[in-house]
Amino acid sequence: MKLKKNIATSESGFVFNPSSGDSFSLNIIGAEILLQMKESKSSDEIKKDILNRYEVDKSLLEKDWDDFMAQLKDNNLLEF
Amino acid sequence: MSKLKYESPVIKKMNAGLMNKFGTRTEYQPLKHIDGVAVKDMIAKYGSPLFVLSERKMRNNYQAALRAFKTRYPKVQFAWSYKTHYNNAVCNVYHQEGSWAEVVSGFEYQKALKNGVPGNKIIFNGPDKSIDELNEAIKNDSLIHIDHFDELYTLIELSEKAVKKPRVAIRVNMDTGIYPLWDRFGFNYENGTAWNAITKIVASGKLNLVGLHCHIGTYMLAPWAYATAASKLCDLAWHAKNQLNNPVQYIDLGGGFPSANTLKGAYLPGSDTVPHIEEFAEAIASTIIAYGFKPDELPLLILESGRALIDDAGYLLGTILANKRLSDGRRATILDFGVNMLFTSFWYDHKISPAQDFTHHSEDQVLYGPLCMNIDVIRESVNLPLLNKGDQVVVHKVGAYNMTQWMQFIAMRPNVIMIDMKGETHLIRQKETLQYLEMPEEMPLHLKEFKL
Repeated sequence: MKLKKNIATSESGFVFNPSSGDSFSLNIIGAEILLQMKESKSSDEIKKDILNRYEVDKSLLEKDWDDFMAQLKDNNLLEF
Repeated sequence: MSKLKYESPVIKKMNAGLMNKFGTRTEYQPLKHIDGVAVKDMIAKYGSPLFVLSERKMRNNYQAALRAFKTRYPKVQFAWSYKTHYNNAVCNVYHQEGSWAEVVSGFEYQKALKNGVPGNKIIFNGPDKSIDELNEAIKNDSLIHIDHFDELYTLIELSEKAVKKPRVAIRVNMDTGIYPLWDRFGFNYENGTAWNAITKIVASGKLNLVGLHCHIGTYMLAPWAYATAASKLCDLAWHAKNQLNNPVQYIDLGGGFPSANTLKGAYLPGSDTVPHIEEFAEAIASTIIAYGFKPDELPLLILESGRALIDDAGYLLGTILANKRLSDGRRATILDFGVNMLFTSFWYDHKISPAQDFTHHSEDQVLYGPLCMNIDVIRESVNLPLLNKGDQVVVHKVGAYNMTQWMQFIAMRPNVIMIDMKGETHLIRQKETLQYLEMPEEMPLHLKEFKL
């Protein structure tokens, strides 16, 4: 799962897709994931970091991860 | 170092265009306490889901409604509508406040008697009263509200053998300018059937016509409709006194006053559109007073309000079972209570609050119950914060009708508790068990065994 290269993201959770003109807002976790994806970290690395820092169990994060990736895909933000 | 609080990641597309004039959020505050008792503590002690009733709110509602009428009319009596909520503890709160009982079935009548309501302070309504029930009501001097001519003639027959002369009223249906017209109950005013029934009762000499009753609808939003109803009952009372020399002792305007719940399809929330009980009191009291009765001949005004007195005193606490995403991308949240327990979710868009802190991010979502039924939908679309499995929610204004119309279907009915005036919780109905469910079942001998 790779974020499209031209997607602009901010630490506060604002996302802009210059090719479509769409803008999005993310919650804190969403923003963290997107920023780390932009740094080309692997999904395992990102999940490990979140598990270390947040009060969440692995199975819930795994489920939420799939759901979030599906949302990013629906919004045309991922590379095929 | 303690870890940070987690929330499911979410992305929301920002749409340019007109602002939503109702705002973008429906819930700003979590509801962590009810009458000072923590929601999580109640769920820990009594389980989830759990119905919670506030004794304080019930008493406050009753006293406010009584004050609204008593400050406008000299003789007012409330009768607690058993069908709205007939748990004995609930009934007794209203009886302690001074309410009589209004029942619509034989078992409700027995409940009222067992609760200690004197027979002559029980109003017996409804189209279905058996011979035995009528005989008992006559013996106890209860107020029998006649629904149809068959019942009227039955009562005349029963009165031949009865020791006491039955005290009766007729239920009158009428056009008050609102739709639908509830003409299936009682005798119609406009076509003269009501007057016909009154003359038959008086002419029989066997029944004591003491009152006139109507109940024009449910969740009524038009106070002026009650003014019309009061005027038509006054007209019948006036003629009964002057033409038949039978003054009635009371006029019973029934109930039907709304709570602040929001009806499905309503443009604005109920809290913004529902008239205050004072407006109903003003419409009714001013009509009767202005009708022309002498001050000492003013009839007693009886009211059978249920919903308006208890709906906002009831809460349903529940827990999130799961989240999922539907095929069209909408978020779906599955709760541990469904339409089997929250019957009123068929009529209302119930307000639902999370019971714990949440961030400012929210998402439109569907709230489903746990039943394996497609119709088990609590809210078709509601904007709520992101709730995780195990999070708790509070449904508001569920005190009326849910705990009488609930269904034992797929899941058992849960515990019901009441928070008293001192903030103590009391179990007032135990959750159902398999043993309770199977108690009335019988197994024929030939079906007792099988081999698979």
